[in-house]
This record gives sequence, C-alpha cells and structure tokens, in this order.
Amino acid sequence: MIRTEGVSMRFGGLTAVSDLNMSIQKNEIVGLIGPNGAGKTTAFNTITGVYKPSDGRIIFKDKDITGLKPHKITERGIARTFQNIRLWSQMDVLENVLVACHLRMGVGVFASTLHLPSYQAKEKRSHDFAMTLLESVGLADQAHEAATSLPYGKQRRLEIVRALATQPSLLLLDEPAAGMNPQESIELMDFIGKIRDEYDLTILLIEHHMQVVMGVCSRMYVLDYGETIAHGTPDEIRHDPKVIEAYLGVD
Amino acid sequence: MKRNTILSIAASLVILTAVTLADATLGRFTIRILNLSAIYIILALSLNLLNGFTGLFSLGHAGFMAVGAYVSALLTMSPAQKEMNFFLEPIVPFLANVQLPFPIALIAAGTCAGIVAVVIGVPALRLRDDYLAIATLGFAEIIRVILTNTQNITNGAQGLKGITKYSTTWVVWSCAILAIVFMLALVRSSYGRTMKAVRDDEIAAEAMGVNIVKVKSTSFVISSFMAGVGGALLGHMITTIDPKMFTLILTFNILLIVVLGGNGSITGSVLGAIIVTVLMEALRFLDMPMNFLFFKTDGLPGLRMVIFSILLMIVVLYRQRGLMGNKEFSWDGAFSLLGRKRRSGKGGRP
Repeated sequence: MIRTEGVSMRFGGLTAVSDLNMSIQKNEIVGLIGPNGAGKTTAFNTITGVYKPSDGRIIFKDKDITGLKPHKITERGIARTFQNIRLWSQMDVLENVLVACHLRMGVGVFASTLHLPSYQAKEKRSHDFAMTLLESVGLADQAHEAATSLPYGKQRRLEIVRALATQPSLLLLDEPAAGMNPQESIELMDFIGKIRDEYDLTILLIEHHMQVVMGVCSRMYVLDYGETIAHGTPDEIRHDPKVIEAYLGVD
Repeated sequence: MKRNTILSIAASLVILTAVTLADATLGRFTIRILNLSAIYIILALSLNLLNGFTGLFSLGHAGFMAVGAYVSALLTMSPAQKEMNFFLEPIVPFLANVQLPFPIALIAAGTCAGIVAVVIGVPALRLRDDYLAIATLGFAEIIRVILTNTQNITNGAQGLKGITKYSTTWVVWSCAILAIVFMLALVRSSYGRTMKAVRDDEIAAEAMGVNIVKVKSTSFVISSFMAGVGGALLGHMITTIDPKMFTLILTFNILLIVVLGGNGSITGSVLGAIIVTVLMEALRFLDMPMNFLFFKTDGLPGLRMVIFSILLMIVVLYRQRGLMGNKEFSWDGAFSLLGRKRRSGKGGRP
C-alpha cells in the first residue's frame, strides 16, 4: 500500500526524521510511537506533503508521491487528522464535512456559482454522503452546530469523519486519543476497527496511549530522535530493550 | 419555486421600482447619494469576498478600480472628446477611434481588472496576512503611478473629463442587485465553502484536498473583476476621473464599510455601504457654521470626520465583529423574529 524508502527530513542542522523505512500492507492498522519530539508528526507531514523530504522516496500504490502538494496527495487517497484539532471554526459540523466532499465532486467555480443542474445533483449526493458519515459517528443531530462548540471527543471524531469524506484508502491519525479518558479511548479503538472494515481502509496512527496502540495495531514502528529503533508486533515491542530504554531510561 | 426565492425576487423588484420612483421624484443630490451607495455595495462585496470569505487581507482595491474606470472611460468616449482631452500629447492611434457600447465597455473594464489581478496575484498570493496587504498596497500604487505617467494613453495627471454619464440609478442598482445575488450564490456553493475553509484554516483545507492556490487566485480575480466594474460605474457617475482619485483613502473607505458591516457578511456589506455613504453626507452640517444657544462656531471643516471617527470607534468597541458579525439576513430568520414578537405579544409579556 505505502512504502517509505530511506525518508529523511532535516531542518537546518536538526534531523527530525532519518532513514525511515516503513511498509504498510492493505487493511493493516499500524502504529507509530515514540517519546515526545521523536519525529512522529514530522513523518506524517512528509507523507502528506506538508514537507518535502530532504532524502528518500514515498511510494503509494506503486506510484512515487514524493514532493507532491498536500491536496494532490489527498486526491491520490491519503487523508489525515491533526494532533491539535484543526476544524474550520466559523463553519458548522455539516459544512466541515462538505468541504472535504468537494474534492470528489468535480465541480468548478462556474458550475457551483450558477447552481447548474449537474452541480445540484452532486451537491445533493455529497450532502447525503456527509449526513450518512455523521450518523455513523452519532453527530447527525449536531449537524448544524458550530464545529468548535462540540465537546473535545466529538471534535476528534468529526476530524476523522472529515478525513473519511475525502474517500481515502489510507488514513493517517495523529494522536486520535489525545485528551480522552480510558472509557473514550476504548470506544475509539472500536471505532477505528469499525471504520477500517466499513470503508476498506489502511490506517497508520500516532498514539501515546499504549492501551490504544497495543489494542488496535497489528504492527508498530518506534521512533526515537528521528531514528527507527524498533518495529514489530505489539508483543515484540513490549519486550524490546531498546524501546524500554527510550521510554523509561536506563542507568 | 420555493417561498424564499419568490420573496427574494419580489424584494429585488420592489427595490428597483423604489429607486426608479426615487429617481423620478427626488433631487439630484439625493439621487447621487443613493447611486453612490449602490456602487459602494458592489465595491464592499468585492472586498468582502477577499477579506471576509477567503481571508486574504488585500489593500489593492483602488488599483483595480482605477483600471476598470480608465478602461471603460476610454472605450466609451467619442473620438472628438478624446481629442479635446488629450491636448498635451495626442492619444495613441489604436485608442483614438474606438467607441464601444457601455455594457461591453463595462465587461471589458472588469475583465481588464481581472487580468491585472492574475498578473499581480501570481507573486503576491504566496504571501500571507499583513505581508499580502503591504504587497497589494504597493501594486495599487504602481498602477496609479503608471496611470499618471502614460500620458498618451490615460492623459496622465490631467485625467479624463466629459465621460458619458451612463451610471443612471437604474443601471447602478441593477448592477448592485446582480452583485448581491452573485455573491450569495457563490458563498453558498461548494466552491464558496472551500473559500471559507481556506480562511478558517489553510493547512486543514490543503490536507482535505482543497487546492488553496487555485481557490485564492479565483477569489482574487473575481474580486478584482467586481472592483473593476465598480470603478467603471463610479467613473461614469462622476464623469471625470484622474489618478489622484484612486489612492489608499478610497481602498480604506471600502475596507471601513466591510469591517463596519461585518467581515464575512453580505448583508453587513450592503448595510454598511448604505450607512457609511449616507452618514458621510448627513453629517456634513457639522462642517457648517453652527449656532448653539451659548456659543457659535463659524464652521469647523473636518468636524464631520471627527464625529464620524467617534461613531466608528463606538461600533468597534461595542460590536467588535461589525454590525452583522458573519451572520446573514434570511427570510426564515425574519419570519421567526416576527413570529416571536407576535407570540410574545399574545402572551402579554413585554
């Protein structure tokens, strides 16, 4: 599905990610973990085109996507959420999802301004699709509320729904459980598994809640200071001395 | 058709009839203010599209208006008038004998402003926030300097006089209504939503597949087109134009309307345009000699602007987001407001 080949990202003298070699198969849920500042979000940003990697290539569905613009990468089928929630604050919940639908609608400025019949049909379809998505996460009742007035957990879910609205095949979740209590985290785990099956997704997620990662991921990569220090199944990771050292410190 | 559409069409017809009636009955001075309001509505909407809906802080509006005003004036003037205007240096031959009908000249005015916007937008739209504002301000000044120095095309600092007065009440108000309808259709469409997404969070918009460069450029070009048309209408109303008309002050006046009305509200821009235009004239008595019971003034030129500024400050202090915020007038809203009043009336509550 997606492969990174020796991807490095340097900012001046600082190497945030070095020689990252990940490979994710279709329908896998893979975790990316590591202590603060390990370069996890930077890795996400290079995959989604926010940064152009200093070295290496990113291959998605057998095509090189290195250095493409973010919206082009989304068009190829990679969608993401953000660590610090980035919903469009002056729009309501439904509109937030509808903007993400725009990508697949294929309407230009003229068709949509003139409200041509072809546009109206497409707009109706996106509207229905958006509402179905919102219903699946229990946000349909709040469709017309301001996105930022939702409680934190629901904002996180809305972000995931918004990413789903771009109809991706690979979903990148940046700390989806951040700020959630254990109960909410467990619900989230179920939810991630459910959307994977329902929308035929491959998921790569960054997470600090070990419970969530261990519970939902089949494999994981561990980063520390930009280096990949381990990768394997949750059990292997749990007993890997390097990982324990990175997290707990060893004297 | 839905009830609201019918109501909107009816309202537009009522406005057009009202202004036509006003045109026939009111004095020339009042009509001029009325028509000026309509032109400011178009200009405020075009700036609001950039500022309020796409989040691009541009201060280059006067430049685009100038392009529109000059293009339309030069295309509609008769060869004889051009000869009279260009007494210092003759006009370039290819413009000397052109005379086009007003509607075509108006569209050409908008189109030329749009083309200039493409040229300026490519480099300038890479910038953000205040940097973009400074860059567009610079471009507007460049346009003005070019207009001043191309003697054989624009007649330089002398400007153009005797432009035909095509901007009748009916024309300007039809254009204003067209602009309102267009803006409503645009910002409520799927494309309009992507503009708002760019405004609220560019990074998220890009990550959700919005081509932000394209959306920003489109918004910039549409806005400039409208500014060009507005500038042309202004030229055909005042009947004389010169480069000094199109300075930062003009942009600032429009920006004032947008901020006063509410950034991101079409209703706000319309109200703001009318309020500011009318108030600027209504407060004119302050500049005249006044006679209070205890003391007399013999005319303080500028007092009008002082009072106007105080009023502005009051609005900014008590309604930070402008008169309308980013809300819009809607028929449903109006009806529910009326209904609430009636219900509370029946209930006997105050």
